[in-house]
Amino acid sequence: MSTESYIRRPNRPLQVYAVIFLIVLYVPILFIPLFSFNDSIYVRFPLEGFTVKWYIELFQREAVWNAFMNSVRVGAVVAVLSTALGIFAAKAITRYRFPGRGPVVGFIMLPLVVPLIIFGVALLVLFSQMGVPLSLYTVTIGHMIVCLPFSIATLLPRFEGFDPSIEEASADLGENAWWTFWRVTLPMIFPGVVASLMLTFTVSFDEFIMAFFLTGTQPTLPMYIWGQLRFPQEFPSILALSSFIIAASVVIVFIGLWINRGAHFSTIKGDDR
Amino acid sequence: MSDQALSPPAASASPPPRATWFGRLIYRSEAARGFALLSPTLIFMLVALLVPFMILLVMSLWTAVGFDFDTTLTVNNYVQATERPIYGALLQRSLWISGIATVATVIVCYPMAYYVAFHVHRNKMLWLVFMTMPFWTSYLLRIFAWKVVLGYEGVINSALINVGLIDQPLEFLLYSKEAVIITLAHAWAAFAILPMYVSLEKIDKSLLEAATDLGDGPVMRFLRITLPLSLPGVISASLLIFIPTTGDYITPALLGGPDGAMIGNLIQKMFGPINNWPMGATLSIILMLVIAFICVAFILMTMFVRRRIS
Repeated sequence: MSTESYIRRPNRPLQVYAVIFLIVLYVPILFIPLFSFNDSIYVRFPLEGFTVKWYIELFQREAVWNAFMNSVRVGAVVAVLSTALGIFAAKAITRYRFPGRGPVVGFIMLPLVVPLIIFGVALLVLFSQMGVPLSLYTVTIGHMIVCLPFSIATLLPRFEGFDPSIEEASADLGENAWWTFWRVTLPMIFPGVVASLMLTFTVSFDEFIMAFFLTGTQPTLPMYIWGQLRFPQEFPSILALSSFIIAASVVIVFIGLWINRGAHFSTIKGDDR
Repeated sequence: MSDQALSPPAASASPPPRATWFGRLIYRSEAARGFALLSPTLIFMLVALLVPFMILLVMSLWTAVGFDFDTTLTVNNYVQATERPIYGALLQRSLWISGIATVATVIVCYPMAYYVAFHVHRNKMLWLVFMTMPFWTSYLLRIFAWKVVLGYEGVINSALINVGLIDQPLEFLLYSKEAVIITLAHAWAAFAILPMYVSLEKIDKSLLEAATDLGDGPVMRFLRITLPLSLPGVISASLLIFIPTTGDYITPALLGGPDGAMIGNLIQKMFGPINNWPMGATLSIILMLVIAFICVAFILMTMFVRRRIS
């Protein structure tokens, strides 16, 4: 490709900028695990020595375990429900032309952009007017709103990437809609489904704004952290807990994004050419 | 008869002709099938988004009386919101802070998106994953990280004192508008890159070659081809950051102090300690209207500018 060479020529300043960008993007977050191993109650330089006592102390706290289990339960339910709904919705959006498709899709994707505080407050008002007590169920409903658009956005490229005639062939060969879905559609979109499950779980596990308004007496993990931020002496254990959450999120999201990487490319490449 | 046929159990139990009426609708009409598949999601979203929003709208016309509500409809809250300067000032500051954060994020992220779109040829996916990964980690914790960095005894201050550059911690770092802007820009950077990357990636490289062949240098080539063609990505990135940050309340609550408080904090307080839900509802509605108005104005403006350019 010699004709492209002057465009493809490496751009040294831009390369340096990119590396600095990534460093600045990650360094603030990395201070959290760094100081979580620091043997001091203060978060400041110089570091005073290596310790894992904050982690050990954390494991002995019942409140942390309760909050953790609350978050996992909500996250698992939200992941399964929003992915299941997301599969139907993504299929409907890619396969069928129906009136009002654009506005309907826009409406479903709304939570991606509208400030979540408004939805959180609105749901709070709804629940209180209906007399529904705040609990993990209300948090789950709030998280579903946040996670559904993510699930659909993850699954859409998968449906766009595979040929509908494969499904038609299965129908022609005598499978009914149910078995066509299990034996043809699901295997084809499977990486997207796994990615959607993992991403929505993480989003729910980390979500704070909705949980802030909708949590009852049982806190989720981010709500627990928020509650502890007031106490300076709790700072190191919060750092330890945060490090754990960040590590878990990064691992889950990386696997999810990596499994689904093919879809990403095919849409970006297939959009215009 | 029609609702008998519509409900599935009745349809399956009834004699064949009526069952096929429902079946025929589903199998013949593409629109019906599309809606049927979409309906669980759509119904959920209608119940969980639209209904609460309507109630919020109604509640904004109520008045708080102690711990109860006076449910006679009145626009008193809206009148108050326009008359008392604190609301306007907070709203103005929120728009200002998130406006600056948006501009900063887009300017900082554009070169990055450009780099990955044009200069990364191997492991492109890995770059994209690494750039967007922070977006998926907890928002609360990313903000918390900046509290650690900017704090009175935080990373920057203690490091500078250790090196000997300053004796006293710099107080302006935490609890200021600047802290909020820096944190917002950092927290939303990963979100801003994707739309810009997608629109840069779509640009047909032969257009760039054509521009070069016709005598444009790198700067003119960028200004006349790359920038205008990537404008849709820039616009959607701006909106994707501006809209959610305007209503943010975690960042100002953790890092803003009194100078950096935003409208989101007041809304949260109305539903919490102040306990004036109708006023909180009013402020939420006003916030949404203002954001919608600004976005429409922004989109119209960019459409106008683009038409003038091309």
